[in-house]
Amino acid sequence: MENRITSPGGTPAFAVEGEFTIFSAAALKPEIVAAVRNAAGQAVEIDLAQVSEIDSAGLQLMALAKREAAAAGRDLSFVRPSAAVLDVLALCDLASFFDVPASSDNGDPRPAQRDPS
Amino acid sequence: MNLDEALKTFVIESRELLEGMEDALLRIEQSPGDADLINAVFRAAHTIKGSAGLFGLDPVVEFTHNAENVLARARAGELPINAEFVALFLEVCDHMRTLVDRVANGGDFDVEVSDRSHELVVRLQAFSPAGIPAEQKPMLPSSSPDVVAETADEASTETGDWHISLRFGRSVLKNGMDPLAFLRYLTTFGTIVRIVTLFDDLPETDAFDAEECYLGFEISYRTDADKAAIEGAFEFVRDDAQIRILPPHSKISEYVDFIQSMSPDEIKLGEILIRCGTLTQNELDTALRTQAEEEAAGEAHHPIGEVLVAQRTVSPAVVDAALQKQKALKENRGGDSSMIRVNADKLDEHINLIGELIIASAGIDLSAIKSGIPELLEAASVMKRLVENVRDSALQLRMVQIGATFNKFQRVVRDVSKEIGKEIRLEISGAETELDKTVIEKISDPLTHLVRNSMDHGIESADVRLARGKPAYGTLRLNAYHDSGSIVIEVSDDGGGLNRERILAKAIERGLVKPDELPSDDDVYNLIFEPGFSTAEQINNLSGRGVGMDVVRRNIKDLRGSIDIETTAGQGSTMRIRLPLTLAIIDGFLVGVGNSSFIVPLEMVVECVELTQEEVDASHGRQHLNLRGEVLPFIRLKELFDLPDVPPPAENEDDDDDFGLGNADGTRDEGTSTANARYEVDEELAFLLQPVKRENVVVVTYAGKRAGLVVDELLGEHQTVIRPLGAVFNGMEGISGFTILGTGRVALILDVPGLVRRVASDDVRKNRAPSTHRG
Repeated sequence: MENRITSPGGTPAFAVEGEFTIFSAAALKPEIVAAVRNAAGQAVEIDLAQVSEIDSAGLQLMALAKREAAAAGRDLSFVRPSAAVLDVLALCDLASFFDVPASSDNGDPRPAQRDPS
Repeated sequence: MNLDEALKTFVIESRELLEGMEDALLRIEQSPGDADLINAVFRAAHTIKGSAGLFGLDPVVEFTHNAENVLARARAGELPINAEFVALFLEVCDHMRTLVDRVANGGDFDVEVSDRSHELVVRLQAFSPAGIPAEQKPMLPSSSPDVVAETADEASTETGDWHISLRFGRSVLKNGMDPLAFLRYLTTFGTIVRIVTLFDDLPETDAFDAEECYLGFEISYRTDADKAAIEGAFEFVRDDAQIRILPPHSKISEYVDFIQSMSPDEIKLGEILIRCGTLTQNELDTALRTQAEEEAAGEAHHPIGEVLVAQRTVSPAVVDAALQKQKALKENRGGDSSMIRVNADKLDEHINLIGELIIASAGIDLSAIKSGIPELLEAASVMKRLVENVRDSALQLRMVQIGATFNKFQRVVRDVSKEIGKEIRLEISGAETELDKTVIEKISDPLTHLVRNSMDHGIESADVRLARGKPAYGTLRLNAYHDSGSIVIEVSDDGGGLNRERILAKAIERGLVKPDELPSDDDVYNLIFEPGFSTAEQINNLSGRGVGMDVVRRNIKDLRGSIDIETTAGQGSTMRIRLPLTLAIIDGFLVGVGNSSFIVPLEMVVECVELTQEEVDASHGRQHLNLRGEVLPFIRLKELFDLPDVPPPAENEDDDDDFGLGNADGTRDEGTSTANARYEVDEELAFLLQPVKRENVVVVTYAGKRAGLVVDELLGEHQTVIRPLGAVFNGMEGISGFTILGTGRVALILDVPGLVRRVASDDVRKNRAPSTHRG
């Protein structure tokens, strides 16, 4: 799992890749908070395209990032959510809360089939 | 509980549930109208699905879900419960077992498994043509909020929805549980109509621990399941979260109570409830206003509820029924928690320690006797009694009823009878008979073989049966009972019985029996246990290949048991297995022969008699004794084990102590030493009249046969911890193990079954050819 700060299209972005779960949450928290606080511009984007799995811990971090952005007066948006993210947002009816489009451009909007292994 | 542990529990419980499911299915076949049985099947499937959902085992959930739907319709009487139904669900049950096995082996669901799942699902759907009721589909509502709203609108005209309020504890995530998994599970048996996710408890950024859980949910939920099922969904997290479940059409007062209990900010929660669609704005206003008015009137909170109940005119009967149900559920849980699962290894270790304790206590007993201090003697005897009690209760821990093993054969009989095209019924009796768990585990395979053998070779085909004037269906009987320290398991059939001539002909052909020999019936029947022996004309995949019966006998012998056959031509046969009740510790009877000590299992001892010179003379060297008119064959252990004679008898009288245990005379059990006591009283006279020391005969019984063991001395009861003989002594006849006496000396345990059999067969041979008499 690797988290990079990239700048596609000029907007400062933080990308979460791989697992966005309890196993990675502790490491991701300071990075996400820093990304939101230290963002150069007004708009902050967090890229969720490469999230393979997300659980409650990941969801909480999304909420934390949103609150952090609001406190810092920045516009946070979650972009390109993966199928796993969309699945969870649909389950919790949070798509509109996080202002995530119901379907994204990276394909299958259906809930991802979870791999049991 | 970490996840691996929990998964292990899931596997164990699922296997148990599947066993119960199979059992119920087999019984449904006999009584299709029994609602309890179909309920039991349904519950098993439902519970497995639920637990599998918690672990995210999607292949299990999906498959079981399909099965459950069909079961639900069958339960509602929409589908016929017939042979086809049972056959299909037995396959479903088997497949679920495969799935659970895969889970146990690391969750590897390969193509083979999913193909099979798919095949069965197609058949399930074909069986239930109307398809799956829409609201039970485990699919999530589409992520678009509009659709959700639509379903919510429909809800107002329907039965009404549940309200579930969840506040997860901080440690939930660390305990390996994901709150989202519980939500997902809810969607497997109902629909989440509305959900509000609460991030209110999220702490300040610095205090925020990413590995703690701060989530809460307010859910409006639609399902046909009952409250227990919904509660069941949160079983694993019950102690770790605040869970409130309000049934449909709950009184407003309950919402008021709920709002008050959940949050200091009543208005906010009220609004959430409205967002959930659980309460209308109007209802909330009414509730809050009523409450405010009551407060203003200075009344306590308590009566508010009552007022509101009165307002909503909720029938007390409903409340009562709900309470009763919950109470029953609680009691049920109580019953479960009084059982503990214990690792079998721990139990074995415990029993080993008790074995050591028994040996140690025997040593103390002996020292106490030697010291002659009365207080010590009394303390030792109290301790000895307690040790015996501890031994009995420890062995009891390992005792299991044989019923569960027997019930497995319902399925075997059903499947095999289908396969070979015979109608066969299974009757079970003595299912409550208990025996050692280790023995039960090891007897299952031989028993399966015997059952198959009986079905295949024993029971004739329907037309032959009818021609012989028997009912067209065959009957197989499994029976178990206790008999003098052993457990007897019988497999009987009402088939044609063993064909003596054919077995004998085959045996002569194979050179097992010489053509001019005339073996006894028992000897002939026992030939079927010879390796590679088969008289079957047709070989099929069940039996008849001559592999198996010898393995059966060897397995049973390994358990220190025996098997014999009783058969009547045309009427059927009975295979009778005898096994010792336990493999660890027995009550023994200690006897002395020469300078050695031997143990006879006490349960097999019938009585002890003197062997007088007259009787020896009267037997004319034929090793038989006249016991109250009955002929009793006996064995001289001294000859059998080639033991040296003790020093001259006259000297021996003063030399008792050489026996090690000889001085235990005075403390022998009253009942068992009568013979010796008389011997001592008459010592002088006996010595004068019969200078040769008199011997004693221990009469033993096994499998209905009696024999006498000639010994020098009877030394009384002895707690015997059985130690197996080393490999070097394997195959040594007449000895089944050894034990350590209190003195530290070793006593050999006599193999009474073997000895009795030896005498009986000697007997036969002797009648036939006196020259083979063992010298």
